[in-house]
Amino acid sequence: MSAGVGVDLENLWIRFGDFVAVRDANVHIKGGDFFSFLGPSGCGKTTILRAVSGFLEPSEGNVLIGGNNMQGIGPNKRPTALIFQNLALFPLMKVWENITFSMEIAGASARDRRKRADELLDMIALPGQGDKLPSELSGGQRQRVAIARALCAEPDVLLLDEPLSALDLKLRQHMRTELREIQKRVGITFIYITHDQGEALTMSDDIAVMRAGVIDQIADGKTIYNDPATAFAASFVGENNVFRGKVLEVRGDQALIRTNRSGDLLSRISTANKGKMNVGDDAMMFIRPEALSLAPTGTQGDHFVTAKVNHEEFEGNTFNIFMEGDGGKELKVAIPNHGQSFEDHSGQDMTLEYEVNNAVAVPAGELAAE
Amino acid sequence: MPSFLKEFFNRNGTLMGSLMLGLVLFWTVGLIILPQLSMLDFSFRPNLPPPEIGGPKDIYTLENYKYLIFGPEGGSQDYNAVDLRVFFRTLVAAVCVTIFNLILCYPIAYYLGQNKGNHIRVFALMLIIPYWINEILRAFALRIIFGESGVINTLLVGSGIFDTPFDFIRNDIALYAGLGYAYILLMIFPIYNVIESLDHNQIEAARDLGAPWWRIHKRVVIPYAKPGISSGCTMVFMLSAGALAAPQILGGPSSLWFTQLIYQQFNDNSDWPQGAAYAIVLLVTCILLVLALMRVFKVNMGDIGK
Ligand SMILES: Nc1ncnc2c1ncn2[C@@H]1O[C@H](COP(=O)(O)OP(=O)(O)O)[C@@H](O)[C@H]1O
Ligand SMILES: [Mg+2]
Repeated sequence: MSAGVGVDLENLWIRFGDFVAVRDANVHIKGGDFFSFLGPSGCGKTTILRAVSGFLEPSEGNVLIGGNNMQGIGPNKRPTALIFQNLALFPLMKVWENITFSMEIAGASARDRRKRADELLDMIALPGQGDKLPSELSGGQRQRVAIARALCAEPDVLLLDEPLSALDLKLRQHMRTELREIQKRVGITFIYITHDQGEALTMSDDIAVMRAGVIDQIADGKTIYNDPATAFAASFVGENNVFRGKVLEVRGDQALIRTNRSGDLLSRISTANKGKMNVGDDAMMFIRPEALSLAPTGTQGDHFVTAKVNHEEFEGNTFNIFMEGDGGKELKVAIPNHGQSFEDHSGQDMTLEYEVNNAVAVPAGELAAE
Repeated sequence: MPSFLKEFFNRNGTLMGSLMLGLVLFWTVGLIILPQLSMLDFSFRPNLPPPEIGGPKDIYTLENYKYLIFGPEGGSQDYNAVDLRVFFRTLVAAVCVTIFNLILCYPIAYYLGQNKGNHIRVFALMLIIPYWINEILRAFALRIIFGESGVINTLLVGSGIFDTPFDFIRNDIALYAGLGYAYILLMIFPIYNVIESLDHNQIEAARDLGAPWWRIHKRVVIPYAKPGISSGCTMVFMLSAGALAAPQILGGPSSLWFTQLIYQQFNDNSDWPQGAAYAIVLLVTCILLVLALMRVFKVNMGDIGK
């Protein structure tokens, strides 16, 4: 795979009047990577993408593409191609004209354009559909035409703004694999925006987790899932149970936390916060539903939690137990189904156990909205 | 009963449906088709004093149409050069006014359609409010502005660009400006309407793919706005070819508009059949011209209604 062209955001600020949409973003995206910005709607993802593509000048800071500062360079002059959230195919042009629009602008002959369109149509598995209008294609097919149109411009960096959000679930999952394959094949840098953590985790080399204009953490998917840097990252990516409390004791890389309602619990301190959590600090501890298991009722200790069961459900691959949790949020436990018998515990107290390594402590902070 | 009528009555109820249908029929048949048919009938009859109407001399004839082409019988010229020249000049001038109007209004409509916010509403209001003023007053106002001692001449002479005032009226500039101004809204609003529905992302997508601004307009905006453009152009062309007040007030003394000839026939000469023939020729020519241009630019009739 070619080295590809990297993208750097340096101290990037973007303001709309008094409103700060992006606050001091510093991101290094390696050439040839599939990089995702993951965050809830309205957190500033599109704004960042527009700054990279050149539709928006940063209020402060720089965008570098391949090491070159892009300041003052318009979108039609940048080596980027943007795939819009609504695709923005040209409705009055045939599919092949859509795909080769960038070549038409560059002055290529109709024959060359037709040939290139056919190649790209083969690549996106739509051979022979070039003479249709976009409105005659299905959602997934239009999606692929938009990708082909962007790739036809031979950009160094492809920017994708939630391109799968309009598709139904099945197609969305299929397109994930397809996008990742296309990226590997063409070898250029992809910058992908999504509010769907599943998409970010399955496709990306690296992910930036965003919250209200701030980038909380940049890491690969595994790290973000297992070793979140902030309470927001822990609660936004995947399901997580939160325990609030104060740091009672720091033991090397572990912290004993006096939780508000589950006693003193021991937890690993997340890597990003090592050495930064001190006794008496407000802290949050996170344990995934699948990291909790049943223990003999009433067992005491720094890795046992006892709470009342609210209700239970059977989900096929797991039994889910919902218990009284912290701050009005239910505590969820997912027990893998091995065909074992399973009785209803609603209304009873139950005790759960976890491995200290699977609990992660971060400083108290804002949680993701449900 | 055809099925669309049945559906129409089902949807609106028999009473409401009949009322609406009746009004539409009255409008198209009673107010448009019948009067035009009687004009058509007039145009093929000789101009007779009232007692002879319906008498033996009241027969169908092509005389009125011949008059437009060949002039009075036994006249000094082979062709009715004066009236024909006015006729073609009117058509050419109406086409010019339409093109001029399109060039002026397209950028305005684009700006209005692709920008949002309060200032757009204020802008639109400023375009509309002058039309509360009577057409004739507006024309006279323009006459004053373009007059020998009007604002424009004062500025031109005062700044030393011209030594003597320029006669805008005699050179028909005032007339073209007046006609252009009279129909600005009819050009802006149909175009504005379509452009407003154009997804701004398409413009950005074209720009992102390397297109300079003029190619974005050529390839993306104008094809999309074509129905609005045709609808605006058709209206402006038809109305300026058929305008009467602006040419009366703003036209130079030597240059007549074809509608003024029609008016003279009806009013000054009391020759209704002759006037009707002239009016029919103007109407039919305009319609044919519009249809021909629609074919050239591949516009459907349905698009005009947009
Ligand atoms: N042109 C603009 N003017 C003012 N505010 C804007 C503008 N564009 C975006 N915003 C605001 O910036 C925030 C981030 O928007 P956006 O980047 O579109 O979020 P998302 O992460 O959903 O893509 C939102 O609160 C939005 O209202
Ligand atoms: Mg967005």
